[in-house]
Amino acid sequence: MSPKPVGGPYITGTTILAGLMVAIMAMLVLVRFFFGLGIVTNLNDGYSWGLWLAYDVVAGTAIGCGGYAIALVVYVLNKGHYHPLVRPAILASMFGYAIGGTSVLIDISRWWNFWHILWPTYFNLNSVMIEVALCISIYTTVLMLEFAPVVVEKVAGWTRQRGGNLHALTSTVEKVLDKTIFVLIALGMTLPTMHQSSLGTMLIPFGYFINPLWQTPLLPALYLLTALSIGYAIVMFEATLVSDRFSRPSEARILGLLSRYMTAVVALFLVIRFGDILYRGKLTYIFTSHGLSYAFLAEYLLSITGVILLLSERRRMAPRFQFIAALCILSGCVLYRIDSYLVAYHRAGWRYFPSAPEILITFGMIAVEVLGYILIVRHFPVLYSAERVNAQAPASE
Amino acid sequence: MSLTRRTFLRGTAVAGAACAVAGLAEAEERKEKTLPPKAVGLLFDSTLCVGCKACVSACREANNLHPEFNNGNNLWDAPLDLSANSLTVIKAYSEGSAKNKDQEEDGFAFVKKSCLHCVDPSCVSVCPVSAMTKDPVTGIVSYNPNNCIGCRYCVAACPFGVPRFEYNKTIARLRKCEMCKQRQVAGKIPACAEVCPTGATLFGSESALRAEAERRHKLTVGERTFFPRKTVDSTDTYEKRAPRYNAQTYGLKEVGGTQVCYLAGVPFAKLGLPSLPEKSFVSTSERIQHTLYKGMMAPALLFGSLLFAVRRNAKADEKEDE
Repeated sequence: MSPKPVGGPYITGTTILAGLMVAIMAMLVLVRFFFGLGIVTNLNDGYSWGLWLAYDVVAGTAIGCGGYAIALVVYVLNKGHYHPLVRPAILASMFGYAIGGTSVLIDISRWWNFWHILWPTYFNLNSVMIEVALCISIYTTVLMLEFAPVVVEKVAGWTRQRGGNLHALTSTVEKVLDKTIFVLIALGMTLPTMHQSSLGTMLIPFGYFINPLWQTPLLPALYLLTALSIGYAIVMFEATLVSDRFSRPSEARILGLLSRYMTAVVALFLVIRFGDILYRGKLTYIFTSHGLSYAFLAEYLLSITGVILLLSERRRMAPRFQFIAALCILSGCVLYRIDSYLVAYHRAGWRYFPSAPEILITFGMIAVEVLGYILIVRHFPVLYSAERVNAQAPASE
Repeated sequence: MSLTRRTFLRGTAVAGAACAVAGLAEAEERKEKTLPPKAVGLLFDSTLCVGCKACVSACREANNLHPEFNNGNNLWDAPLDLSANSLTVIKAYSEGSAKNKDQEEDGFAFVKKSCLHCVDPSCVSVCPVSAMTKDPVTGIVSYNPNNCIGCRYCVAACPFGVPRFEYNKTIARLRKCEMCKQRQVAGKIPACAEVCPTGATLFGSESALRAEAERRHKLTVGERTFFPRKTVDSTDTYEKRAPRYNAQTYGLKEVGGTQVCYLAGVPFAKLGLPSLPEKSFVSTSERIQHTLYKGMMAPALLFGSLLFAVRRNAKADEKEDE
């Protein structure tokens, strides 16, 4: 049994609200392009990177790591029974990355030069950012191609009835995609490994501006681990939410099994992070960093709570605990990323808090993701039936 | 020999670890950057600065910048800090009664802010599109707006907070001191050094400037000596008693050294010059990056292994489905 469009109405309270937020964002983005960054943002020379970079790009692309995280389990650890989770994860990843890329375009002041990041004569290979920018651009394209079979499948269903050359064409496209998809899948795991770790390395040049609880040469490793943690957490969060909101039977069994990968990665992250702080002799900063001490503790406790909640078999299989634990880990790790880029970054004499338009644009971006996801799963074959998902799951691994 | 998943994974792990170790051994080799052969720079002696701000004014003229009014009645050009419109500013330190020049307690002192033209500049290292460059001969750090995408990574990364961006313009760009390179091409010296009446800002070859700084350190406090104006080797000198200096010259070692160095009588931290490690932050990020991406070996190996794994496991899945 293959995945099916969920169907149902396109216009609901949720989609109208999301549409409205997207419209507000569109207007503000126009203002930004006509009058410059200063009029819509609170960015300044002390905090030249703000909410859009920290949330939309740094946290947003990690939220788009569901596809990456699931692919690792399915294709590297060879656990085929998680396959039904791939399509929805790829869809969410595609949105996460497309939004991240779009946000960069809005954020960079000299956006008409953006193509320089793709044009080798401009490259500065010492810059961590060129690797991140290139990698994210390529990966966004890869995600779209990875999702292409879903669209082609839909188109094929439509051309089949018409027959003729058009259908021959779509069948050819389908076959080519089918034969080459393994390259895309492998790329789809290589590229995030590269740029998600580099997102951490990007902070190292900031040196003493970043509190020692966050500034460490291990940033690339910690960023890779949070990308995976957030990746698994968002898959669980979305799956539990979708089951509930679309009134579909729960995928609790398969998610329960999957959650063990999440808790393992999060636990590894927490151990390495703490060990690193201990090793560098910065333990006292946990208690002496004022507001940042609370930020650190909040991140840490949220993530640990998520892991502890899922330690017992009973709770691990219960949708309610899956949802709560995923939410804890998601917020803990997303906070880690936002803190390291924004909150723990301190410039004496400068202040930054995102302006209302900045926040509205970020909300608009989230609304694009939610709206796109809803419309696409209603229209395209993305979600498998839960019976099939759970039926594939072995009792244990 | 049949390749099982276990041996495959083990092989990948060993190969990956080998790559990482080889890379890390290599990593130590990222050499500390040194001064370019014909490095030019500025030496700012806070004890000579009288706070007249002639440099600020001359800088405006040389770089087509307009005065900044900040006191409400538009009477004086009074920039509060570096900005996209003020590439150099004079700041003051004052404490207590602020009666004694160059004293930490009950004293005051002036400091000139502008780009320090680092030996290993963060802005040059982080810029993805080579808009920030360091001249291989003179060491001047310049900005090329034609390359710039406006990501402002340089603004966020500069340990001295020098590069400034035009946030309120549609066609925005970055501004920073380029040591009047357009004047230097025409055989002139930077405007700030040209007009400085006391020689507090001196232009010259970096080696001569550093030698001059060392000479001043060796003077006995109160000893009569000559101070040059405009350039370090100038014949335009004046006699004055040697002041009491801090033990160190700021900029010889900080983040790998800078081509604008500072002498002062009050602690540098009080003048807004942060205490920094000798190793530049970007030498660490570059080392990590060039280790992981050396010859694209590690990514290629990762991609190859994943390609193999995916192909193998996808086939296994197909068989299961049949």
